[in-house]
Amino acid sequence: MNTETKPTTPEVAAGRDMAALRPSVDILEDAEGITLLADMPGVDRDRLHVHLDANTLQIDGEARIELPEGAEALHADVRTTRYSRSFILSNELEPDKIEARLRDGVLTLRIPKHPEQRPRRIEVRA
Amino acid sequence: MFGTFTGLSGGLFDDLSRLQRELDDAFGRWPYTAELRAPGFGSWPPINIGATPERVDVYLFAPGLDPNELDISIQQNLLTIAGQRRIERGDETRWYRTERFSGEFRRALTLPEDVDPERVDASYRDGVLHVVVQRRESVQPRRISVS
Repeated sequence: MNTETKPTTPEVAAGRDMAALRPSVDILEDAEGITLLADMPGVDRDRLHVHLDANTLQIDGEARIELPEGAEALHADVRTTRYSRSFILSNELEPDKIEARLRDGVLTLRIPKHPEQRPRRIEVRA
Repeated sequence: MFGTFTGLSGGLFDDLSRLQRELDDAFGRWPYTAELRAPGFGSWPPINIGATPERVDVYLFAPGLDPNELDISIQQNLLTIAGQRRIERGDETRWYRTERFSGEFRRALTLPEDVDPERVDASYRDGVLHVVVQRRESVQPRRISVS
């Protein structure tokens, strides 16, 4: 994984690139942090770019699909190989400690909360 | 890559398919005559099919699967792919977004008639299932002599 954000492909260079796909995500929160899962089929580690700019988390990916020479499309639900989506991180999160894992086309990001910002249960005195 | 496919990248075809989707939304797939097994727009997983004279390549964009649980079968030129992706969403955590598909799926694809059901290969990499079906060699013209 690297921090470059603009993937360059022949399609992009030729101006034939179509709008990027918005990967489907699940986002869940527990006491220690937030977990984000994103479906990015066809993307390997080398073509995944997770970038943090101020408090904006940017996820980009380029799917690699091996296609035989001269193939003609009979059906295409997917018309682009580029994925892109961004999220705003709130202040209680620790962006420096984000952990990323990519397996079988599913990106998992774990974003921990500052220890002092974790929720505390407040007892009500009688 | 798929955007540069001949026949699908043209504006005319995009406009037509968009119009068709709008008609589907408005009239519930009438008067458009769909193939019996055609899934509705937006079905999961998305599929691309490419063809050359030698073979047909089918791509299923289905990340996070256990390939051993996939059920792939072919009957003549009808390729059926079934499987499941179960996402456990317990109550102990707060879920803000649940966009990812969870459940069972089955997609049936009618391939060109000259595919050879005896020569099929499937592989799963980076969340994409790639099925390659070879086509039969085209029948060579034969000269028939009159005796």
